[in-house]
Amino acid sequence: MTTPLTGWARTAPTPATVVRPRTAEALAALVAKASGRGVVARGLGRSYGDAAQNAGGLVLDCTRLRHWTFDERSGLVTAGGGASLHDLMATLVPRGWFVPVSPGTRYVTVGGAIAADVHGKNHHRDSSFGAHVRSLTLVTPAGARVLAPPDPLFWATVGGMGLTGVIAEATFSCVPVETSRMRVDIERTADLDDTLDVMTRTDDRYRYTVAWIDLLARGARTGRGVLTRGDHARRGELPGHGDPLAYAPATRLAAPPWAPGGLLNPLTVRAFNEVWYRRAPRERRGLMQGIAPFFHPLDGVRGWNRMYGPRGFVQYQFAVPFGAEPTLRRIVATLSARGVVSFLTVLKRFGPGTPAPLSFPIPGWTLALDIPTGQSGLAALLRGFDEQVAEAGGRVYLAKDSRLHATTLAAMYPRLDEWRELRAAADPGGVFRSDLARRLDL
Amino acid sequence: MKNALGSVDTVLVLGGRSEIGLAVAERLVRDGARKVVLAARAPLGEPPALRGAEVHLIDFDATRPDGHGEVIEEAVKLAGDLDVIVAAFGVLGDQAAYDRDPASAAASIAVNLGGHVSTGLYAARRLREQGHGTLVVLSSVAGVRVRRGNMVYGAAKAGLDGFARALGDSLHGTGAQVMVVRPGFVHGRMTAGMPAAPFATTPAAVADAVATALRDGTHIVWVPGILRYAFTLLRHLPRPLWRRIPR
Repeated sequence: MTTPLTGWARTAPTPATVVRPRTAEALAALVAKASGRGVVARGLGRSYGDAAQNAGGLVLDCTRLRHWTFDERSGLVTAGGGASLHDLMATLVPRGWFVPVSPGTRYVTVGGAIAADVHGKNHHRDSSFGAHVRSLTLVTPAGARVLAPPDPLFWATVGGMGLTGVIAEATFSCVPVETSRMRVDIERTADLDDTLDVMTRTDDRYRYTVAWIDLLARGARTGRGVLTRGDHARRGELPGHGDPLAYAPATRLAAPPWAPGGLLNPLTVRAFNEVWYRRAPRERRGLMQGIAPFFHPLDGVRGWNRMYGPRGFVQYQFAVPFGAEPTLRRIVATLSARGVVSFLTVLKRFGPGTPAPLSFPIPGWTLALDIPTGQSGLAALLRGFDEQVAEAGGRVYLAKDSRLHATTLAAMYPRLDEWRELRAAADPGGVFRSDLARRLDL
Repeated sequence: MKNALGSVDTVLVLGGRSEIGLAVAERLVRDGARKVVLAARAPLGEPPALRGAEVHLIDFDATRPDGHGEVIEEAVKLAGDLDVIVAAFGVLGDQAAYDRDPASAAASIAVNLGGHVSTGLYAARRLREQGHGTLVVLSSVAGVRVRRGNMVYGAAKAGLDGFARALGDSLHGTGAQVMVVRPGFVHGRMTAGMPAAPFATTPAAVADAVATALRDGTHIVWVPGILRYAFTLLRHLPRPLWRRIPR
């Protein structure tokens, strides 16, 4: 019995046999038996493209491997690959701890966070998720192996998109927090240069920073945005009453099970962008926000991905190194001039990357857009961006990708061959396969 | 793999010298395809260059169904998963010649229908296994309602059209799909010297329509699109009028 699967952006569905092992042993047995079309692990399905799909093959839904333990003295969590950051936070935050890196959604698994080497608003200070992993258990066709840095296979697994094996368990460090609140500074910027300038000057004062860019602003206002920067609030900064570590993220809304195509269209998105920009105060300091609204605003709307209608959307996230600002400017200007509709466009300044050959973040700038499919000329436009990004020494993010071409990938990830060798050694039979791997010839 | 915006990586063209088949391959390469296998009748010679894609030329004889399974296997060996298989081979022939030599008419049916049935079934088996991919079948408006002036070719296309649609139904839910393409009169080698019918089109236009349909997931494609409406009427034209249509 096969199940059609897509990524979060709901494009290019393919059927696979989905099995949900209860234990790491059952998982290892399934991997050992896998043949033909191969196998890939899947968590909560938050990769936007085809990373956790395997047409005609086996997909291991790891969400039952959700056991975890926490050692308060060391601040180390040991969790099953299928444990979600959502579950971890629900227990960790009230005890005064936080995950080392949180992406824009907390509905990701530990295995997925490592396989995509996810980053968050603290990348400029704390790097990506892989930098905080002390060890992991990798299930390969030859059995389970415990890996730790600086083992090359450990780093090939970090950012390896599940193609070196299945991450059955991992141990990573958490960060202590005094409260469950964030102290946030918000500032509007006038244009892209202003945005880049303010981020460059002030990023290091905050643990978490991100800029939302109004892509529909044109002319002199091109690249204007709203900067949001914050730190975990100290206990003394909270008003005296109540539990400073209270944490109860709510999902207030849910998108309907189906949504008509085109609900998010140029008109509605333009209106949203204008309102979002105007709504933000020109400058506001010391705003107190909960963890959920600060880190995971979209998690407040369950199934928000359905709002794009049945044809889905495309996430395009690229990074270019410092010094390649002209490329960033050119792409933003092109998007604005072409009137490309992107609901949420986010700019972030990256700090140092990890030693992982396929990890996405590099020191520089990253821009993420989500664009409904079906805008005319979109494929050609994004391929043009791919070339500019590769030319500038940058890359696109595989966890978001659903449309990159194999030849461009090789130009973007110069250590691809090194990764391929490590992978071939760990999985000589090529058991681990995904639609993403086929598409990109990984 | 077909990506989120409808571009593919690998293409097999059955009928590797067909102008429409080549036009489709070229168009898909322009959109990003990197491996093309052209299956054509020997002698093979050098494969044509297609904008930097890796092109292979392999032996394929539409009249020898016992070799059709191997053709698909060989293509898989060369290109990996087949994202698109274009069944573009066929012979047009001339009704007057078929009237003189009915045996040659049966031979043309063996190519235009028989060859497509065996390649179609082998292709479907492969696509079902890989869980994705599209078989693009070159049907024709000639098969929508068969004309007396073109009855042998039209009958083969009518049979092929019905077969291909049902094959698509049989693949429902497997991830694999069948696209039935119904061009009108296509200018090219096959129709050289013939007077063009209304709404005549070109191999490049057929290729564009196929690429768009791949992106949108359309399963029946008329080229040009207006023929869909023209044939809604023509299908219901009373026979005394239909039989008077020239050629």
